[in-house]
Amino acid sequence: MKKIAVIMSALCVLLSPAISLATNPEQDLKDFRNEYASRFPDVPFADFINGVYAIDKASREQWESMEEFPPYEIYIDKGEKLFNTPFKNGKSYADCFPKAKQGIKQNYPYFDTTRKEVITLEMAINECRKNNGEEPLKYGTGTITHIEAWLAYKSRGKKINVKIPNADALKWYERGKTHFYTKRGQLNMACADCHIKYSGHLIRADILGPALGHTSHFPTYRSDWTASGDGMGSLHRRYDGCNQQVRAKAFPMQSEEYRSLEYFETYMSNGLVLNGPGSRK
Amino acid sequence: MRPTAKFVSTTASVIAILGSLALTLPAKSLADEATIKEGKEVAFDRKKGNCLSCHKMAGGSLEGNIGPELVAMQARFPDKSKLRDQIYDPRTSNPATIMPPFGKHEILTATEVDKVVEFIHSL
Ligand code: HEC
Ligand code: HEC
Repeated sequence: MKKIAVIMSALCVLLSPAISLATNPEQDLKDFRNEYASRFPDVPFADFINGVYAIDKASREQWESMEEFPPYEIYIDKGEKLFNTPFKNGKSYADCFPKAKQGIKQNYPYFDTTRKEVITLEMAINECRKNNGEEPLKYGTGTITHIEAWLAYKSRGKKINVKIPNADALKWYERGKTHFYTKRGQLNMACADCHIKYSGHLIRADILGPALGHTSHFPTYRSDWTASGDGMGSLHRRYDGCNQQVRAKAFPMQSEEYRSLEYFETYMSNGLVLNGPGSRK
Repeated sequence: MRPTAKFVSTTASVIAILGSLALTLPAKSLADEATIKEGKEVAFDRKKGNCLSCHKMAGGSLEGNIGPELVAMQARFPDKSKLRDQIYDPRTSNPATIMPPFGKHEILTATEVDKVVEFIHSL
């Protein structure tokens, strides 16, 4: 095995100029999955949507009993009410998202080829408000996550299938990928350090979960998040938290940086099903 | 007035010198123990070294297991300066390491690093 690894890395060095010129997301995706398949041979691919609970029996049992009375349930209901409440102009979210009831979350994030940027669901919610003369909601916590919770719930079981339609989109993908693998912050750690290389290890009493499936279950209720807010948080709130842990520069929620990261991470989870909203310790 | 004052201050400084001699000279190991204790505090403090988040070591609890257990450190690091390098900037031995560059990134001050080195070397 060791020998093979050495030969492989020697090959990589030889081939790397060719590879870096033509990024190959499909190959990235294969490598990414294989990483987890070899680290956690007993975990079925489909189970990676459950994060830490896919790889640790003991915490899975606790989580399953928590899921019997899901702490996010009231927010799904709140979100549905909000969604159906008319704006001042008489229209409502339903006018922006006519297919919401059938589930639309699986269509996000997507690359808008005309606008040349990644559009996330959270961003689309606020754009809907603005287009209807309403103030935008605060990103990451509270009301916006309730609306997202209902939308996520409606998309449960739908497959993640992010596409990279053109060279502009590839640039966004690349930016997210770079963010994921770059060491940052005073503590000098990359997402990949914690969520690939040491996934399954303990950092203090916390198990580091796999990044495969990271985006499947947001927004998420976390008991840690009840300290400021109602416990609900978006994917970008989690990104913010992880960047704070390593004392790195935080980016604004829905910034290009975090949208690229979401684009990359969701692409890496292609083929898994959505199971949001989620609950985590 | 003058001579008295001079006498007083001289006596005082002599006493001070004697006092400091008494503290440092006869008991080098005593001072080391104090340093080791301070080093341990820095190492275990979640806002400082937080070494337990990754390393198991004597006296700790709820340790992570990202890095190796820190035991028999004098055998592992006969050369204390190598140990200091590992803590000051572990990238010198492994550029890809997840272990933070405690000295280089000023997570700890140089003095704190020195104290942690003494503590770790005592394990
Ligand atoms: C110092 C280690 C560390 C680093 C670096 C780190 N994370 Fe995390 N992350 C954690 C821990 C611990 C958790 C909570 C346990 C878990 O779910 O993995 C977590 C959770 C997450 C979750 C939620 C997982 C879930 O199932 O709900 C996401 C998403 C995430 N991290 C993304 C990132 C991204 C993206 C980066 C880089 C910008 C990053 N993390 C960097 C430690 C880290
Ligand atoms: C985020 C994880 C992490 C933290 C925090 C951390 N380390 Fe490490 N440490 C490692 C890893 C992983 C290694 C293995 C070597 C490598 O990665 O190059 C290591 C190696 C070491 C070694 C070398 C051990 C040997 O036997 O070769 C020493 C000594 C050490 N660490 C001391 C410390 C001290 C002291 C602190 C706190 C001030 C600390 N570490 C904090 C992850 C960490």
